[in-house]
Amino acid sequence: MATLATQAPPAVPPAHAEAGPTYADTNRDVIATLRPPGRKYYIGMAFVLAGLAFGAVSWAYQLRYGLGVTGYQPPIFWGTYITTFVFWVGIAHSGTLISAILYLFRSGWRTAVYRTAEAMTVFAVMTAGLFPVLHLGRAWYAYWVFPYPNFRGVWSNFRSPLVWDVFAISTYLTVSATFLLMGLIPDVAAVRDQSVGWRKSLYTMVSFGWKGSDREWRHFGKMYLYLAGFATPLVLSVHSVVSWDFAMAIVPGWHATIFAPYFVAGAIFSGCGMVITILVPLRKAFHLERYVQVRHFESLAKVILLTASIVAYAYGTEYFMAWYSGNRFERASFYNRAFGQYWWATWIMITCNAFIPQLLWFKKIRTSIPTLFVMSIFINIGMWFERFVIIVTGLSHEYEPWQWSYYLPRWPELGILIGSFCWFSMWFLLFIKFFPAVAISEIKEALPPPVRAGGLR
Amino acid sequence: MSAPAGVVGVFGGLDAAVSALESLKASGYANYRVYSPVPRPELADALAKKESPVRLFTLFGALTGTAFGFFFAIATSLDWPLVTGGKPIVSWPPFIVIGFETTILIGSLATVAAMFLFAGLPKLGRAPGYDPRFSNDKFGVVAFGGPAQLAEAREIFAATGAEEVKDV
Repeated sequence: MATLATQAPPAVPPAHAEAGPTYADTNRDVIATLRPPGRKYYIGMAFVLAGLAFGAVSWAYQLRYGLGVTGYQPPIFWGTYITTFVFWVGIAHSGTLISAILYLFRSGWRTAVYRTAEAMTVFAVMTAGLFPVLHLGRAWYAYWVFPYPNFRGVWSNFRSPLVWDVFAISTYLTVSATFLLMGLIPDVAAVRDQSVGWRKSLYTMVSFGWKGSDREWRHFGKMYLYLAGFATPLVLSVHSVVSWDFAMAIVPGWHATIFAPYFVAGAIFSGCGMVITILVPLRKAFHLERYVQVRHFESLAKVILLTASIVAYAYGTEYFMAWYSGNRFERASFYNRAFGQYWWATWIMITCNAFIPQLLWFKKIRTSIPTLFVMSIFINIGMWFERFVIIVTGLSHEYEPWQWSYYLPRWPELGILIGSFCWFSMWFLLFIKFFPAVAISEIKEALPPPVRAGGLR
Repeated sequence: MSAPAGVVGVFGGLDAAVSALESLKASGYANYRVYSPVPRPELADALAKKESPVRLFTLFGALTGTAFGFFFAIATSLDWPLVTGGKPIVSWPPFIVIGFETTILIGSLATVAAMFLFAGLPKLGRAPGYDPRFSNDKFGVVAFGGPAQLAEAREIFAATGAEEVKDV
């Protein structure tokens, strides 16, 4: 109040008219994204559904003929599916980073991008969650992973990282979906007040009848803060647990204490890359340039640069430790990684994740949207290959030379991989037509509030 | 038409809404409500409400979650006591992971439940004095009371620059 009362009276028209959008502009422009879609949207959706159908057919084929249709060669039984599982879990991470961690740090730039990132998180976990089941030859036994006690004689081993993973991923899905839905409440209420018909009924339900009263905001603000407080350690724990799926095993190249921070940094890196991949077309299609600005992309690029550097450092540390440990198996495994039969995968990974992002030191590149978009595609590819390299090269070159083997994915695996991208895109395309993809109330919070024209008391 | 239960002032400026609120408080009002498109610290300061009790639910939810996670892992292990790797049946260090995840899960859900409880949601019916503009760019102050109080509230709203004053 004190600051408001001492403010100079705004000139007419109000001072913020040129500086940025007003509250009403924000409502209008964001709600405009929910208008009935045009032809391009339906063409995109048809494309996505076709890809999803291909994935479904691939899975049906695999269910009918068994896991023999994949490229699995003993001892490599973790291939594309586990790679893609870890990839999607990783993608999921930056959503919570942007929405929760940056919320706690009061980083203003998050408001423009966090809704997209959060929705991406939820859909990415939904995609990742499919893979442990797809990975099973007999998918109908999937419920065996759930550790409800032992009436079936299933002994759930709480010392196993695979059981930890069930807890971590389920908690992550629940909490990130809750976080998304809670953040949506005030925005959906704003949309409700400008809708009619069935949409009004839908938004009334989803907003739980939110009115924006002082009582509601008071408890909502605290709830959001504590949810962010919970989501922050959760996001760090989930990818640590995923990394322990590997690090707890004694496979050379996996059994390293650096795995948890290394995976968390990689996850945030890949997730921010994916946020850019999604935001660039979204911003263009819906003309959101006033809200999602170049400076927001630049901030994302800086996070990418930081995490890419951590990932590059982790690659270096892995090689250093392999040499410094004096362990012959570790040394052989890492030599094989860079110069063995999977050299191509390793160098794709290193180029995309360690070298290309270093270009972001240049401001010109950080502020060029097309360049960032292209770079984000490289990051997605690089991070998929990172998981492929860790999983497959590790397993292909263990202790006994007679066990060494070579694995390449076959078409059903690639079909399911494509299907997973389409599954993710389908949810995202549906989301942007039903819910505001930019956070209306948080954008408004960051704007100067409207004040009386003509001055104050 | 029955006598109005309250009167609502629609404000285009945050400063106007805040000064209306302060005038209401100065003239001894206790029964009022504010609608705003965004939470503003100025409004929260003028309202001067106590800390939200949501945080207690957060604490108890989290502690319940921790206890449940450890209980679940220990009880399940004891129910099927199979020694592997020479480790004790109740090997608590790895159970920390389970306890940690359930702490977060139940703590978060309890926090959300508390918000719904204290904020009175879901509230699918009409709220007195609510106007769709309050989710867009207007601030609303609703004062409830008897006819004499409402007359005073109308004056306050008009004096502080309400764009519109109406009975509800």
